Amino acid sequence: MSLFSTLKLALRALWRNKVRSLLTMLGIVFGIGAVIAMVAGGQGAQAAVKDVFAALGTNVLVLQNNAQRTMGASAGAGGGASLTWDDLRALETEVPAARWIAPTLESRSTQLVSELSNWNTGITGTTAVWFKIRSWEAAEGTVFDEDTGNSNAKVAVLGKTVATQLFGGQSPIGQTVRISGQPYEVIGVLVAKGQGPRGDNDDTVIIPIKTYQQKLEKGLAKYIRGSILISMQEENQAERTIAQVTALLRDRHKLDGNEEDDFRIRNPAEFAKAQQDSTERIATLLAIVAAVSLFVGGIGVMNIMLVSVIERTREIGIRMAVGARPVNVMTQFLVESLVLAAVGGLLGLLLGYGAAYYMAGYFGWKMFFPATTAAIAFAVAGGVGVVFGLYPAVRASRLDPITALRYET
Amino acid sequence: MAAAQAPGDGRPLIEMRGIERTYVMGDNEVRALRGVDLTIERGASIAIMGTSGSGKSTLMNIMGCLDQPTKGSYLLNGKDVAKLSRAQLADVRGRMIGFVFQSFNLLSRTTALENVEMPLLYQGVPAGERHRRARRALEQVGLTGREDHHPNQLSGGQQQRVAIARALVGEAPIIMADEPTGNLDTRTSYEVMAILQGFIGQGKTVILVTHEADIAAYASRVITLRDGMVIDDKQQTPISATEALAATPPPHAPAATAPPAAGATP
Repeated sequence: MSLFSTLKLALRALWRNKVRSLLTMLGIVFGIGAVIAMVAGGQGAQAAVKDVFAALGTNVLVLQNNAQRTMGASAGAGGGASLTWDDLRALETEVPAARWIAPTLESRSTQLVSELSNWNTGITGTTAVWFKIRSWEAAEGTVFDEDTGNSNAKVAVLGKTVATQLFGGQSPIGQTVRISGQPYEVIGVLVAKGQGPRGDNDDTVIIPIKTYQQKLEKGLAKYIRGSILISMQEENQAERTIAQVTALLRDRHKLDGNEEDDFRIRNPAEFAKAQQDSTERIATLLAIVAAVSLFVGGIGVMNIMLVSVIERTREIGIRMAVGARPVNVMTQFLVESLVLAAVGGLLGLLLGYGAAYYMAGYFGWKMFFPATTAAIAFAVAGGVGVVFGLYPAVRASRLDPITALRYET
Repeated sequence: MAAAQAPGDGRPLIEMRGIERTYVMGDNEVRALRGVDLTIERGASIAIMGTSGSGKSTLMNIMGCLDQPTKGSYLLNGKDVAKLSRAQLADVRGRMIGFVFQSFNLLSRTTALENVEMPLLYQGVPAGERHRRARRALEQVGLTGREDHHPNQLSGGQQQRVAIARALVGEAPIIMADEPTGNLDTRTSYEVMAILQGFIGQGKTVILVTHEADIAAYASRVITLRDGMVIDDKQQTPISATEALAATPPPHAPAATAPPAAGATP
């Protein structure tokens, strides 16, 4: 008996009990759907975490004033700050593991006005290397060169969101934007980066560090009331770099052996790793739950196939009487459960894909379609069909022809 | 057509020696057959008679390889059936024997054509040839035009004719019919018997199980069982079902709508 005939027979038998077939399939549909959705979601979440920190640069350390400082209670002119501009210059020359160092001053909410519109956002004052550290280029115009970055020129580089808000469809290059009332010339618009850990990455304005100090901090101070980004020469050099920076700063700040650091060095990559690990754990956990539901779906298939064998005992008897071998009967039921599981798996794929797509949209992730997972899940669905269909099929094939023929339904 | 296959070393078609069949039901043993010796030649028409519980159906099931004897030897076409595997028994049923049952045993929600095709499906006959042969078999039993009807759209007589077509389609040399007219009215019984008698002329061996003497009258040999043993075995001149049918006045209602009647007594 050809496989095609068997398949036709199976499809017809399933079609006869449409509602039942559909309900049986649901277990597989949701099982496979859940697996796909969970894996796709997990990958999306991980990628999102990765993106967030990639936006910052993967080999970047953030040096900050330690606000928790209790020793040396005098806050002094720095208002809790301990890092000085002299420290910055020392770092630039005395930390061999560092590649680029960029001081970063940030304001939270500053009024921006263009001829067309106005907007409120955070301003960052920094130098030219900041763009290199964050590997952020201009989509239009240019970012600071070294001279501009160190000057007090009244120029600004806009994030995509700000550019759109202030100038609409027009090109902002060469236009004037007023920041806290002061006119700045727009020299560049950055490449869009999308959502980040602190919201929209593109909702930002970058101005030279000196300009920031003069216009937004109203004067050059001794302390850096911001942070310093340090990019490393090579990846995985975080420990060495941290050690060098710590030694230098402790020496410069004249801290005794038992005194705490008056600065803090954060390693976003490490944080990203931790976050990624936890996302991965959750994703794995959910995938296991999904796999359990797939298993339950398989039991549903077995249950229905057993019922089907009992219901069709007489049919089995008739088939055996006209020459069906045990293997024919077994194949017939096995193919039925396989088809059930495979069609369920296919619908599950669609469902999982839909769910993953919805999740990606909802959480602002990239859409992942885990092709490997899909293939595996589909194969697993088929496997479920065979494994859970085998017992009922074998039972059917072992029926005694005369007993089956006499079976009263 | 020469339906009688390879002559099996010149041996008779069916040879049974000391066949016993015991069913165990709880603590009780039911001895359905208690030592049956039987030889049936090719091309014969046999009626196996007996009352309910005489073991005639059990005998036919064993002959038809649907059941296995508890004791005794059974050579079908010279081959020892006891030595065959379940798969080989299935092949024997498919190629050697066509069954006709009292309750028709057609697959519901399956067309007449597909019911008839079923034995060929398991013989690996390609689809085109299956259709062609099934159509011809239906034509032989006078059901042309009903190929796509489901059993519930057919009368009892028509259903039994579909079953006969199914027994016929594989060109099996033996037709085994267990109370084939049991659920049919008189006229339809004659029709069915006429078809079955027609096979004998084609060289087939027809084995008929019945408890009705007037049905047994169509056979050339009548074997009577009682309590699992053969008590009578005689040759006779069969009467012609075709003539009996011609003598029966046609019913007022068309035959197609005749309901299946239990216990057809002329």
